[in-house]
Amino acid sequence: MYEFDWSSIRPGLPFLWKGMKVTLYITLVAMAAGIALGTVLAILRMAKNRALAWLSAAYVNTFRSIPLVMVILWFFLLLPAVIERIFSISRQEDTRLTTALVTFSLFQAAYYAEIIRAGIQSVKSGQMGAALALGMTNGQAMRLVVLPQAFRNMAPLLLTQTIILFQDSSLVYVASLADFFGVAGIIGTRDGRQVELYLFAGAVYFVACFILSSLVKRWQNRLKGHA
Amino acid sequence: MSFLELDGVSVAFGGHTVVAGLSFSLEAGRIGCLLGPSGCGKTTALRAIAGFERLAAGEVRLGGDRLGGPGVHLPPEQRRIGMVFQEHALFPHLTVAENVAFGLRGQEPPRRARRVSELLATIGLERQGGRYPHELSGGQQQRVALARALAPGPRLVLLDEPFASLDADLRERLSLEVRELLAAAGATAVLVTHDQHEAFAMADQVGVMREGRLVQWGRPYDLYHRPGSPFVADFVGQGVFVPGRVVGDGQVEIELGRLRAQAPAPCPRSGCEGGCRVSVLLRPDDVVHDEGAPLRARVVAKAFRGAEFLYTLETAGGSRLLSLVPSHHDHAVGESIGIRLDVDHVVAFHQPPGETAAGPDSRP
Repeated sequence: MYEFDWSSIRPGLPFLWKGMKVTLYITLVAMAAGIALGTVLAILRMAKNRALAWLSAAYVNTFRSIPLVMVILWFFLLLPAVIERIFSISRQEDTRLTTALVTFSLFQAAYYAEIIRAGIQSVKSGQMGAALALGMTNGQAMRLVVLPQAFRNMAPLLLTQTIILFQDSSLVYVASLADFFGVAGIIGTRDGRQVELYLFAGAVYFVACFILSSLVKRWQNRLKGHA
Repeated sequence: MSFLELDGVSVAFGGHTVVAGLSFSLEAGRIGCLLGPSGCGKTTALRAIAGFERLAAGEVRLGGDRLGGPGVHLPPEQRRIGMVFQEHALFPHLTVAENVAFGLRGQEPPRRARRVSELLATIGLERQGGRYPHELSGGQQQRVALARALAPGPRLVLLDEPFASLDADLRERLSLEVRELLAAAGATAVLVTHDQHEAFAMADQVGVMREGRLVQWGRPYDLYHRPGSPFVADFVGQGVFVPGRVVGDGQVEIELGRLRAQAPAPCPRSGCEGGCRVSVLLRPDDVVHDEGAPLRARVVAKAFRGAEFLYTLETAGGSRLLSLVPSHHDHAVGESIGIRLDVDHVVAFHQPPGETAAGPDSRP
């Protein structure tokens, strides 16, 4: 019978916290950049200009149709080479975190874009008309009237997507980046206590995501009651 | 001189013409109304004036400036036209005051604040400026929408079915209120509705639309008493058509006697003195209850309207009539009552539009 031994966790906590900070960093940056790029993609997708709408649709559909692990691997193999060639940065520098941030931002943008598009479409068309009739340009109407309402309506969905992003960020282990999950793996391998460390890591992910999901659900119900 | 002029305006969606050759004009400070059943193109016409739709043909001019026409299409935000939408379209994420102030962006804050409080006072909501639209009643939302449209001092105000989402009581009261607000602002306005009562209560000039075309444009009184076609007669107000015969200059004979037209010729077609068959429009107010009158008719149905009864009567000859009678004359169904015709304007059409083209309740 396997004997559990949790003694590796307590001394490993500072290292694990360092990993958690990387995880949170990737999550927050990818969320901010993803929502920003996703908003642009969503607006382009609804543009009258067919070519722009097509390009946006192609981007979104491509990223949504490939596994994230594959995208991460491609980017980790390709991007450093590209960055090196363009910016002539020496190979000594560690571009792994930057690559991770870029990858997750671009990938998540495709998912955020679809949520934001639904959010924009949920705003009644009269709102745009009313803003135009009051002398706003298309851009102003979008920024001041449509987007604020769209974001309010879809905030819970955006957060749900962010929770998924928080979990998916663990996939950076394929590039041996020391995020929370990666650190757990390192400590586990070092002390021969992989089972305990992965169980602990799983528990942390579970608790964090479960609490956040519950909050989102409560928020969603409140928004529904409001409308 | 006319302030708003539409000249042969057409709008098409994908080859399908929705508005065809619409022409009318409106003087400054007047309220015009496009009236018609749903799908007649009235809202599209309004959106074309606002600049939301491009013209396929024709021209829209406001105060002498061409807003749209061949080679010209001023975008909505540059037309200085205020619009009140069917569902009010208030901005739910902004307070009442912020909604009203929205069109005043670019003005200095003190001036803006003054204008907002002035408008809120006009609509009687000076204390509700900090509330959100969903905290207001339907009627209050309606007034905020109007104040928001009036705030930037538009040259023209457009109202798209402004009372459609309100209940009947409120509608009646608000239409008078809105009319007063527009008059106080000296605004020129165009309203779109399918409700004849709303059109009559609000507008100086009313145009009846059908299948994208303007059938008749005129004062409410003229539309009611001098409809140019059976469609207008039917759509505007109640009434029945009874068969008749043109018997001479300005006279029409119907079952109930001879009608002499005071002003217009009774027969729209010329060369018809020798006994053309026509259908004659009788409005409920043309048929007057008079116990001393020799003419009798039997009550077949009645509807209580508060101040009056709307009786459906049948004559000896089998014609059905509608009669509006003060409600203290309460007669039972089956009773025979005396009636007299009091027709100022004889309205007769050649094509027989069917016995009761305008039923007891032709409102949609």
